[in-house]
Amino acid sequence: MGWARKILRVNLTQGTCTPEPLNMQWADEYLGSRGLASKYLISEIDPKVDPLSPDNKMIMSTGPLTGTMASTGGRYTIVTKGPLTGAIACSNSGGFFGAEMKFAGWDMIIFEGKSPKPVYLYVENDRAELRDASGLWGKSCWETEETIKKQHQDPQIRVSSIGRAGENQVLYACVVNDLHRAAGRSGVGAVMGSKNLKAVALRGTKGVGGIKDFKGFMAATTAAKKVLADNAVTGEGLPKYGTQVLMNVINEMGSLPTRNHKDVQFEDASKISAEAMHEKRASDGKSQLVTNAACFGCTIACGRISEIDKGHFTVVNKPEYWGASGGLEYEAAWALGAANGVGDIEALQYANLLCNEQGMDPISFGATVGAVMELYEMGVLTSEQIGVDAPFGSAEALARFTEMTALGEGFGVEIGQGSKRLCAKYGHPELSMTVKGQEFPAYDARGIQGMGLTYATSNRGACHLRSYTVASEVLGIPVKTDPLVTEGKPELVKAFQDATAIFDSAGICVFTSFAWTLADVQPQLQAACDGDWSMEKLNLVGERIWNMERQFNTAAGFTRKDDDLPPRLKTEPAQTGPAKGLVSGIDKMIPEYYQIRGWTPEGVVTEETVARLGL
Amino acid sequence: MLKSLHIDPAKCTGCLQCEMACSYEHHGVFNPSKSRIKVFNFEAEGKKVPYTCTQCAEAWCMNACPVDAIRLDAATGAKVVHEDICVGCKVCTIACPFGTINYEQDSGKVQKCDLCDDNPACAAACPTGAITYIDADWTGLDKMRQWAAKANTATPAT
Repeated sequence: MGWARKILRVNLTQGTCTPEPLNMQWADEYLGSRGLASKYLISEIDPKVDPLSPDNKMIMSTGPLTGTMASTGGRYTIVTKGPLTGAIACSNSGGFFGAEMKFAGWDMIIFEGKSPKPVYLYVENDRAELRDASGLWGKSCWETEETIKKQHQDPQIRVSSIGRAGENQVLYACVVNDLHRAAGRSGVGAVMGSKNLKAVALRGTKGVGGIKDFKGFMAATTAAKKVLADNAVTGEGLPKYGTQVLMNVINEMGSLPTRNHKDVQFEDASKISAEAMHEKRASDGKSQLVTNAACFGCTIACGRISEIDKGHFTVVNKPEYWGASGGLEYEAAWALGAANGVGDIEALQYANLLCNEQGMDPISFGATVGAVMELYEMGVLTSEQIGVDAPFGSAEALARFTEMTALGEGFGVEIGQGSKRLCAKYGHPELSMTVKGQEFPAYDARGIQGMGLTYATSNRGACHLRSYTVASEVLGIPVKTDPLVTEGKPELVKAFQDATAIFDSAGICVFTSFAWTLADVQPQLQAACDGDWSMEKLNLVGERIWNMERQFNTAAGFTRKDDDLPPRLKTEPAQTGPAKGLVSGIDKMIPEYYQIRGWTPEGVVTEETVARLGL
Repeated sequence: MLKSLHIDPAKCTGCLQCEMACSYEHHGVFNPSKSRIKVFNFEAEGKKVPYTCTQCAEAWCMNACPVDAIRLDAATGAKVVHEDICVGCKVCTIACPFGTINYEQDSGKVQKCDLCDDNPACAAACPTGAITYIDADWTGLDKMRQWAAKANTATPAT
């Protein structure tokens, strides 16, 4: 059956933990993880709620394939109303925490209210209890995980926690599990901090049984693993180079946003690329990359485990950062590097380590620093105000800003509010490279036109993981489309959005979609889950999930004008590379996209669409 | 010809497919806590190491068992726990120098690797070849070949 059929409701105000049966009708309609948790959230909260108030809820959810032998079946999702955007927030993480939740016998955990004092949730199979976390408050994610394991004398516990950034309600704070995997975007960690919930510690020994057709499931997952192994991206590129395989490729395409999107190519891209991570350093003869690593159940293993240069100025007196740890992934390397013009890969790894340690989204953080550096170069911000000289390219400024933001010191408090609020405060809202208040990831919408529409319409604000049309426009997966044109992109974006909703809701990693289509996922779901999980059903459920999220955002107050890109991308043409002279054609794509979606010209889901999707 | 499980930690990514395969084979569930092979993660060194029973020829566990519940499977060389005989006294878990035989609460017996009747599920599930099932007399063959390849066979200039 895939699902554990049981959810845990934790009322933090009252300090209670109550099991409930999973709503199986909703599971049949929304599958799991992202889709199912969103259904619960939307049914239980007022869309207008203040995201950081006790009336908001936060849900941690697995999918039916989480904790199984399906490749990458270890994902879990945090769904809440996000403080960075005010839209639905939905952040997905790998590592081992999600599978452990399933092994303990739970599909999801719903957190509501606010604890009067810091607590953490401890779950050991059926037993769940809130415990005092006053001794953990102020600790990093790394210290929290270590301390909890020591206190329980159990090294096999899996922990998700917030660091100082989440406690301080940095608006893009994340929730970190297994030291360097994160439910990273949209500030889910700030919501957790607002509830005085420091950590969730799990130990599950029940396992996942009750797969509907075990034999069929083993055959389907084995066949699907072979597809991953035989594919050039998932079988070769990602294990060897990680997501960083993209740095030089995207730079050559003229789509690597540089210096707060002033440029689309970075002259030092090769210095912060996958290839650079493999090269031996002059200082110590070692390469930054130590090895690749897998999340639970993953047969791709794109994760990077790296060792920083011990002699680098950022860590020379800080041995706590000398060991191997996570990083650099492409998004972090871009946001901390190209977005700020910083080409010092060791400084990027230092900033990345701090983001993991204190629980902070490196994309939104790095992109906000890019805006600060532009304001500094314009003379709007001075070094007296911000505590450091911060021209584009300053590794020293990046390192200091990371420390200040992660620990809530000085100007770091303002950086922690994200670029939308910061740029507005200093009179230049147009310099905030955001959609719905969330910072762009690492693809320029002028050079990859489909990504402009992806960003503008993403239900959680600017994001590449809701419809990764880069796969089609750059890599030719499943078919090659021209990245420089807008024609055909609305259909492409819709197709990617709906399919991705299924990958996310199944409990698997969206990176499998470099090799898998829904047709590879379908037999795995059909064998694992009760009910009909045909291709038709999956297509319908994917579209249903997308529209449900959209309806929430509409009810939260978002309108047509929020599905837009900053003026820079619409009026300042790319200056170099294949996209030279181009701006984003977003205004052309939006009306067509709404029409294909079955929405009104104002972007509202129509009654017919509601009826067709069974919303 | 006997075969052995052979582990090359350098190839392990830490995905735990082996643990799930093991628990599925023996317990019919995906449950790493019931796996007889464990992958250890040495975070600061970036090292993952799968570890399980090596099927010692003079098996400490077998010799220590007071009820003769651990017996040699002559076909595979595996030392196999016979659950119908095991009384759960755990003496074998003390005797084993490597910790690879362990008590299992739910059954009240001990469990250890039994080589899955000559078809180890962990090796079949490993996506990177970190766990293989190969000729017991030649587990060093691959390493020997690697070193052999480094031999300089060029004729010295005279």
